Amino acid sequence: MNRVAVIGLGLTKFGEMWDSSFTRLFVEAGAAAVEDAGMDGKDIGAIYIGNMSGGRFIDQEHISSLIADRAGLNPISSTRVEAACASGGLAVRQAIMAINSGMHDIVVAGGVEKMTDVLTEKTTQTLATASDTEWEAFLGMTFPGLYAMMARRHMYEYGTTREQLAMVSVKNHRNAMDNPYAQYHTEITVEQVINSPLVADPLRLLDCSPITDGAACVILASEKKAKDFVDNPVYITGSGQASSTISLHSREKITTVDATVNAAEEAYKRAKKDAKDIQVAEVHDAFTIGEIVAIEGLGFFEKGKGGIATEEGLTERGGKIPVNTSGGLKAKGHPVGATGVAQVVEIALQLRGEAGKRQVDADIGLTHNVGGSGGTAVVHILEK
Amino acid sequence: MSIPRFWRNIKSRYDLIGKQCKSCKSIYFPPRNFCPKCRRIGELEDYKLKGKGEVVTYTIIRTPPDGFDMVSPYIMGIVELEEGPMLTTQIVDADVNEIYIGMPVERVFRKIGEDGDAGLIYYGYKFRPAPKEE
Repeated sequence: MNRVAVIGLGLTKFGEMWDSSFTRLFVEAGAAAVEDAGMDGKDIGAIYIGNMSGGRFIDQEHISSLIADRAGLNPISSTRVEAACASGGLAVRQAIMAINSGMHDIVVAGGVEKMTDVLTEKTTQTLATASDTEWEAFLGMTFPGLYAMMARRHMYEYGTTREQLAMVSVKNHRNAMDNPYAQYHTEITVEQVINSPLVADPLRLLDCSPITDGAACVILASEKKAKDFVDNPVYITGSGQASSTISLHSREKITTVDATVNAAEEAYKRAKKDAKDIQVAEVHDAFTIGEIVAIEGLGFFEKGKGGIATEEGLTERGGKIPVNTSGGLKAKGHPVGATGVAQVVEIALQLRGEAGKRQVDADIGLTHNVGGSGGTAVVHILEK
Repeated sequence: MSIPRFWRNIKSRYDLIGKQCKSCKSIYFPPRNFCPKCRRIGELEDYKLKGKGEVVTYTIIRTPPDGFDMVSPYIMGIVELEEGPMLTTQIVDADVNEIYIGMPVERVFRKIGEDGDAGLIYYGYKFRPAPKEE
């Protein structure tokens, strides 16, 4: 693939944004990205939007039209893509492909989710539709339950401890303290995590990402076109996407998200990079075990060593590879369709040197977005 | 779940009937309509599973979905059947402190849920600890 420039970044504040509608969220993120790129809406060739469930969260399908219309971008082509919590990652990848095909020079990749317009029960049920509805959810399985089964098996096979899981959450909450866009600005302790209410053993409330409203937007451009707007853009140099079984029970190994392994392999190959080249990463920590399985699957640490690596501080800012400097899904928040795009925003900010107090020293970064319990994974590699 | 959607899978839900590929002999449960290994040359036929297996992993659901509040907390697990396939199931007749990875379990026929006060009652498989073999 040809590398693609990231010329504009936009985010809304993440959280329970009761004052903001679905429409206001994406318009706010989109306008911020256009302004950041110093461009005009008419320069846009196409729009890709990641959104998991407008249908269930706000009773609205045909999100593609809604977005082009309310953002004043008609008649630009607009397409919604969906892969549960990986919808945002898909939008970014579709935008890269649209540019690489030669069809468009400038493409918007956005993501949005409005999760608090329905009661928590409906939100939980909607998230469970990311699993196999007929053979998992229908039988009483919940979404945290799937990750809990992954955690239980990981503890059994590799000796990962309850405290190590908690340390993922503690680190990500600490990182979010320095991210003004994050949902939570509250430091937590290992003791608080392991004493928080049980959701699905061994996972507790503070192992789980929250319910979040938010939107994120990036503007991508061909290398040639990018020069009209910015001098030194950050580039996406690798992209990978892989599918696996939708149900956890059909996976070859319960403790390996093989879609992550395969998506990473494709992205590394396209970028001509290796796991050891990555200096900062945003990974999919919808649950604490998710981050541990991710840092193993992406090749940062040996299989089974994700827990101990976390305990040794290797994923902290200043560690071997800082992971989730934004606060991650756990503390920055997880508006499902927006997450994959927001991850790209964070890595681009880090590479530009605009990450404020949470800035780390990095020239190469990675994003990792997972749908469901691992039915889909998307990985992107960004370079200065 | 709507009546046709439930009815369509009754064989599998009531009697644990999966599929076997005549070509590669792989056994699938939940049933598949297409063998991912043999693809077009595969041919799937019904295959009755014995319903014996062991617990591969488990969790205890403390925040249940709608319709499961009466039984909460309850154990959900992944069971590997003797014939090879793995499935997700509720594990019953076991104390939440008693369950462990590797526990031998067997299938039982139980009520899964119901569609409101006047709708369909859903039945299907759950698993319970298997009696010790003599």
